[in-house]
Amino acid sequence: MAYVAHDESDYVPPAEVEEVELYHPKTFIGKYIWSQDAKVIAIQYSITAIAVGLVALVLSGIMRLQLGYPNTFSFITPGTYLQFVTMHGMIMVIYLLTALFLGGFGNYLIPLMVGARDMVFPYVNMVSYWVYLFAVLLLMASFFVPGGPTGSGWTLYPPQAILEGTPGASWGIILMLVSLAFFIVGFTMGGLNYVVTVLQARTRGMTMMRLPLTVWGIFMATILALLAFPALFVSCIMMTLDSLLGTSFFMPAIVSMGQQLDYGGGSPILFQHLFWFFGHPEVYIVALPAFGMVSDLISVHARKNIFGYRMMVWAILAIGALSLVVWAHHMYVSGMNPYFGFFFAITTLVIAIPTAIKVYNWVLTLWRGNIHLTVPMLFAIGFVFTFINGGLTGLFLGNVTVDLPLSDTMFVVAHFHMVMAVAPIMVVFGAIYHWYPKITGRMLNDTLGKFHFWATFLGSYAIYYPMHYLGFLGVPRRYYAMGNTDFLPESAHSLNAGITIVALIVGAIQVVFLYNLVWSYFKGKPSGGNPWGATTLEWQTPDTPPKHGNFGPTLPVVYRWAYDYSVPGVDEDFIPQNQPPGEKTRGLEET
Amino acid sequence: MAVAIVLVLLVVGSILFHFLSPWYFTPIASNWGMIDDTVTITFWVTGFVFVAINFFMAYAVVRYRYQKGRRAVYEPENKKLEWWLTGFTTLGVVAMLAPGLFVWAKFVEVPKEASVIEAIGQQWHWSFRFPGKDGVLGTVDTKYVSVENPFGINTDDPNGQDDVLIASNEVHLPIDKPVKVLLRSTDVLHNFTVPQFRVKMDLVPGMVPYIWFTPTRTGKFEILCEELCGIAHFAMRGSVVVEEQTAFHTWLSSHPTFAQSSSRGAGDAVAGDPLYATCAACHGPQGEGNLALNAPKLSGLQDSYMQRQLKYFKQGARGTHDEDVFGKMMAPMAATLVDEVAIENVVAYIKTLPDKPAPATVNGDAAHGKKIYATCGVCHGPKGQGRWSTNAPRHAGMSDWYMVTQLKNFKQGIRGAHPQDMYGPQMGFMADLLVDDQAINDVVAYINTL
Repeated sequence: MAYVAHDESDYVPPAEVEEVELYHPKTFIGKYIWSQDAKVIAIQYSITAIAVGLVALVLSGIMRLQLGYPNTFSFITPGTYLQFVTMHGMIMVIYLLTALFLGGFGNYLIPLMVGARDMVFPYVNMVSYWVYLFAVLLLMASFFVPGGPTGSGWTLYPPQAILEGTPGASWGIILMLVSLAFFIVGFTMGGLNYVVTVLQARTRGMTMMRLPLTVWGIFMATILALLAFPALFVSCIMMTLDSLLGTSFFMPAIVSMGQQLDYGGGSPILFQHLFWFFGHPEVYIVALPAFGMVSDLISVHARKNIFGYRMMVWAILAIGALSLVVWAHHMYVSGMNPYFGFFFAITTLVIAIPTAIKVYNWVLTLWRGNIHLTVPMLFAIGFVFTFINGGLTGLFLGNVTVDLPLSDTMFVVAHFHMVMAVAPIMVVFGAIYHWYPKITGRMLNDTLGKFHFWATFLGSYAIYYPMHYLGFLGVPRRYYAMGNTDFLPESAHSLNAGITIVALIVGAIQVVFLYNLVWSYFKGKPSGGNPWGATTLEWQTPDTPPKHGNFGPTLPVVYRWAYDYSVPGVDEDFIPQNQPPGEKTRGLEET
Repeated sequence: MAVAIVLVLLVVGSILFHFLSPWYFTPIASNWGMIDDTVTITFWVTGFVFVAINFFMAYAVVRYRYQKGRRAVYEPENKKLEWWLTGFTTLGVVAMLAPGLFVWAKFVEVPKEASVIEAIGQQWHWSFRFPGKDGVLGTVDTKYVSVENPFGINTDDPNGQDDVLIASNEVHLPIDKPVKVLLRSTDVLHNFTVPQFRVKMDLVPGMVPYIWFTPTRTGKFEILCEELCGIAHFAMRGSVVVEEQTAFHTWLSSHPTFAQSSSRGAGDAVAGDPLYATCAACHGPQGEGNLALNAPKLSGLQDSYMQRQLKYFKQGARGTHDEDVFGKMMAPMAATLVDEVAIENVVAYIKTLPDKPAPATVNGDAAHGKKIYATCGVCHGPKGQGRWSTNAPRHAGMSDWYMVTQLKNFKQGIRGAHPQDMYGPQMGFMADLLVDDQAINDVVAYINTL
């Protein structure tokens, strides 16, 4: 076995920052509303994100009703359909997944896992949440304005996004753009906190190469987001100006509905470059935290160190860096200079290599482990399976030629739902089952959890796997109805109806999960401080749930990496990161 | 254990589904078989990885499931194995990427012998332009687009005068001849897709992207817009008819050049007056319509719409469906108009008739109708005034009972389903939104308030 850095268990570098005195609020409002405690902020973020995600889930059910049973529901018109599509997509990607992974899990786990009392800037952290909430409310307000929310697709492509002929082209789109701008402002405040906390507030002994992969994933995702969101921010501002002041950043000369408009000289393609400069890293902003967390879930529940930790860290860094130079693979058929296709196909397929390494290392972590098939582990396995499928279909779309027949079809919808909806949500669920005991002090109900896993895992595969084949047939995405289309067999319509039925069932079953969250909060089995026997610092807190300040009077000191599971010669099958080296725990000397 | 079995079943099921399900690529109709080959290569490579990793994972879950007293092996890394896997993955990526880039190079380079045509997309229909005898397309600009010059052709450019204009959703192409299609939009993004051709590309206002292909199979293939372009995106369809060279030339020469279409007069109302005598028997001397005879009001309708419908009746694109009782009565009347000039003249005469709103005869819930009308108004105008750019006729102040009949006809495919009816299918899609007769009455009741 090669020499590895994690084994420097005797070395304890000095802490990089000194102990800080936190402001401990006395009132209920100070503790739970205007809270500066990252853990409370995390819960606020999570509840808001899940609530708005439920709205988006209902919207997806309505979309499926239309696709499965066209011309049956009078309230679903082509306009409202596009509005539901748009709001579903934007809410899920930005307001649910980004907010939940970074604002939710990031806030809860970063300070605990790096051994900090709180985020470095607690006040800014608090403001971050309230700005996020404001952005959510603005977005929801667009359901109630004249014309309703925008129906321009979650990509908001101009010119149509701000022209008559697209629903919500007056009020809805402006609310969307302004809401996004606020979201980005709020996120930036939180994001700076997460990065600085990881860099500056790690406890004594917590070197970068001893960080749990969860922290690495969230850390890298946050850096990506800080680099990528500004591109979206400027596009939002410019499109708002195009719409309200008649500037022509993205607007060429246009005849709309027979009328010459006063635009000229702008470039719709410019918007697409800016959007995807944000949009592609966004995929990894969601995926990297999921990668990190699932690594920890697999390691803990297989009672085995994560395989190839250093390679995993390098893979995260490589994916993060590469993800900034692949954006135009979303634009192969956009009309941009086709020679770009060569460059972006190469970068896109290269990114498959570090991604594949992560997958290999997850399954190699299971190999020769002692696998506890707990609910978090089930979701982790479900994630790996789903992610393999979604990752591999990404190789179809990323390879410029193969993309030609499949771009803009249901294949794309199936692919990105598999890879960035179902797969990350599998991790979200797994992570909630895993960390809920730390957050509440109680276990989630196991039977309900298993039922929830099987229904969600099998159901979502049944929804999205066949959907790829509608794409091969040539069914376009964002179509309100197919009507009589020559090349579509009747069976394609039956398939659509079948997918709808499964989707509605899977959607409804999420109630079981919500019920479990509430029921277990009051009636769940008390968990104790470290029910899974995990090594990382959040499980070593003196109180469960951890109090404000996290670690009691003294901060923990870290002596080892996060993956000392089943170390030979040690009785226990895990050694906490803050356990000092000693004869009882370390038997390596003998071997 | 259960999870391992399920993983294996999912893998096996996915493979069976791939080979046994009836849903896959449509039979190819262009030269781009190589694209299908790259897809096949990708399937083999990714399929292998899909099976291998998942079977390995399933085996690991069974073999190393929790047992009391078992201890996991402590193995932080295995450099050799990791490098092997990295190298192996790189090989797989190259195996997919190399053929992909090879084919893409062919897609980017248009063969010199390819003929050039232009496809124009606008909300929500297609039209096409051929270069004419000089083989050169005239210059165009969005700022020239108007009701008289819908293609936006530069009138000062001599190359444009002989351009052949296809003001229709249907374009014909000769078989086995490579064609480069210039893609032009005058409003928003669109996308030119024919699934059987495999290639697609966006239309972007302000620039002119292209694609090229060689049709290799005769037949009629549907064009779909695959870039979201607004409410009627899903109804923006067209078709490519691939046929032998001679048939193609006959078709092409039946269309006017730009010079011909712009020199054509508006029709002679005086000459149209005697022709209208036949019409007046049913539609009334003022074109006011007559419910008893099932003849709708004509005065106030756009001339382009009336001309198109008269041609349809004459050609049999309308008024030939068995259940279209009143359409079948109109067809022989339209046949009395001997040629296009006669049609233009009678329409010119109808335009001189006084336009008085038709009386309301339909009862419905106008408030509910208003909600439905949000969709209609996008093409027909928020005031029901009609729009030339969307080929949508006026319906405010027209015969309401006639609209009820026609909406039902569109919904049932009695009208609009004929292959020669260019914009009828689009209205058919939209009429499907009206889930029942009450909805039809409601929307017509609202139109009466406009």
